[in-house]
Amino acid sequence: MNHLGLIIEREYLTKVKNKSFIVMTILSPIIMIALIAVVAYLSQVNNNKQRTISVLDESGILKSSFTDTENVNYHLLDNMTLEEAKLLVNQNEEYGLLYIGNFKNINEIGEHIKFFSEESPSLTLMSALESKLEKQLTDLKLEFEGVDVEKIRASRIRVDIGQESFVGEKTSKIDSVVKLIFGGLAGYLLFMFIIIYGNMIMRSVIEEKTSRIIEIIISSVKPIQLMLGKIIGTSLAGITQFVIWIILGGLLMTILSLVFGIDLAQSQSGQQEMLSQAMQNPDVNTEIQNVISAFYNLPITNLIFAFILFFIGGYLLYSSLYAAIGAAVDNETDTQQFLLPILMPLILAVYIGIFTVIEDPHGTVSTVFSFIPFTSPVVMLMRIPFGVPIWQQLLSFVLLVGTFILTVWFAAKIYRVGILMYGKKPSYKELIKWIKY
Amino acid sequence: MNNLLEAHSVSKKFGDFTALNQVSIAVPKGSIYGLLGPNGAGKTTLIRIINQITMPDQGEVILDGESLNSHHIRDIGYLPEERGLYKTMKVGEQAMYLARLKGLSKAEAKIRLKYWFERLEIGDWWNKKIQELSKGMAQKIQFIVTVLHEPKLLIFDEPFSGFDPINAILIKDEILRLRDNGATVIFSTHRMESVEELCDQITLIHESNKILDGKLTDIKKQFKTNTFEVGIRTSNNLMLEKELSEKFKVSPASFKTLDNELMLNVKLSENDIPNDLLSFLTSKGEVSHFVELIPSANDIFIQAIKNN
Repeated sequence: MNHLGLIIEREYLTKVKNKSFIVMTILSPIIMIALIAVVAYLSQVNNNKQRTISVLDESGILKSSFTDTENVNYHLLDNMTLEEAKLLVNQNEEYGLLYIGNFKNINEIGEHIKFFSEESPSLTLMSALESKLEKQLTDLKLEFEGVDVEKIRASRIRVDIGQESFVGEKTSKIDSVVKLIFGGLAGYLLFMFIIIYGNMIMRSVIEEKTSRIIEIIISSVKPIQLMLGKIIGTSLAGITQFVIWIILGGLLMTILSLVFGIDLAQSQSGQQEMLSQAMQNPDVNTEIQNVISAFYNLPITNLIFAFILFFIGGYLLYSSLYAAIGAAVDNETDTQQFLLPILMPLILAVYIGIFTVIEDPHGTVSTVFSFIPFTSPVVMLMRIPFGVPIWQQLLSFVLLVGTFILTVWFAAKIYRVGILMYGKKPSYKELIKWIKY
Repeated sequence: MNNLLEAHSVSKKFGDFTALNQVSIAVPKGSIYGLLGPNGAGKTTLIRIINQITMPDQGEVILDGESLNSHHIRDIGYLPEERGLYKTMKVGEQAMYLARLKGLSKAEAKIRLKYWFERLEIGDWWNKKIQELSKGMAQKIQFIVTVLHEPKLLIFDEPFSGFDPINAILIKDEILRLRDNGATVIFSTHRMESVEELCDQITLIHESNKILDGKLTDIKKQFKTNTFEVGIRTSNNLMLEKELSEKFKVSPASFKTLDNELMLNVKLSENDIPNDLLSFLTSKGEVSHFVELIPSANDIFIQAIKNN
């Protein structure tokens, strides 16, 4: 068992001391943050751009509805034909021309509004214009039909369904969103971890084969020890890298926002801008509180334990397969054929997690796939925030461990034969035969 | 117990292919044992079974009186034919790692490595990376980590490949010295001249079966054909050749001579005595050359496989 420690130590140290590993570890968060900063900067520039739109309203009923906003100036045109207006707008290099024709019927006016521009206009701008005009025209139409608009406004009822479980825990839609983000994050993290570090294990097995050191090593240690040592050592290196990424990323974010005085997270997208605007709104303020309480409502202890157990279980399950593939082939180009069947259940798990768990976290599909060992780590991690009975979690975990042991046994068989095989790429049939050797 | 290693009727199949069929060997303590055979005969499989890399289907291997078990890993040093090192690791680091895998403590490994590095004149390589070394240089390091933990049994598979003649002699002398210090050596090679120089005993494996084994001298006796190489100066060479071929089996021979003499291989029958031939020859002329032809390991190898 002393050997296992040695192997882990070597795997870990050579990974961590590797130049490209160090560069990746340090550069990745820097590049990521730089990218976010650039995107944030660009979107700010984009948002600040002033656009001028000319409006030619021949019907004359919508003139009052165009007031300038932060980003758009409206320029009302009068007494000219459409052709003249087009020419003028083009000459002035304005963003575009909104044309509202003159019809007797409001419905017809609505149907015949046109926008002329040099390039195809921004989608968000168009939908903003559309909803603005729609609202105006609807009000006008209602007035025209003799309906009191104020009354209609007053009789609009807001419904907010208060959710409560049988034991009396209050939940809300925000709850669901927070749970979804938590579960999704956990599942996605596992998925990424498996792909990145599984590949690393595979490459390190192939390296031992191509450098021909393997026979020297396995005359001293059992192949299964070597395999497990590799998996554990590489995983530890992976965890180190992840932790450094998180710390470095956090640090850089703080420094950047301190130095440049821009809150990167906020200017990142328009949505968040909206959120910050909405902060003044007391209605939304309670929603923020809801988010916080939703966070506290999560089964935190359960989540942490489940995350650790399913993460380790799922990761080891897949990485032993990666190790077996590495042992079976001579070089990386031959791995594709074998990688596909192990990537399939992984991708399936992520899709199921995203599509069905959101829809119905305790439905048949989600439940079944949270028991099948190859998909259970990802799907179960996504389900747990929504509250999964402990017996289900245990059963799923036991199944996972059972499969893991079986897979390691199977992978070790392929590994011990494969590492000594050189030359041609084996077929699946040959792999099955190896198990019997 | 005179034998350090015994394999009893070891068989191994890979699918439908039989790699070893009921092979038994007995390696005496303190000997250099040659494991010979053409490519694909099953030598490597047998060596891997001894190293517990592969498990035999049938049969048993006994090391130092005990059935093979995981403690024996420390007792064996194995230099495989397909050998390499981690390319990106430093020489010293790597040697330490491999030595510690064999069960040496950190301190002990360091002392012994320093000793061996000095001995093979590679002391200043400690901090080099393997990829900076030539093939022969890497071979030296592999040799050191094979013998470093002073195992009872050393297994060398083609130890001289990749060495220049000077380093080959260096390694050969080290192998002999290790034997003199009490190690037993199993030696697998295609290079028959090194078999001749080193091996006390040999086993020949061909197509998964053992076809020959024993002391090299005994095998040579067994394979010798009672043939003598003769060089003689006479007044009438043709006449003598004719006379000889009536009595014995004669074929032309060639060796280096100073004069234009008669050169023949003369094969005696079982009842003939070499002295009689010699006195017959001296009566006919001046004998310059009279040598019994002893088969080389190479001849034996080829002959045994042809006969099989």
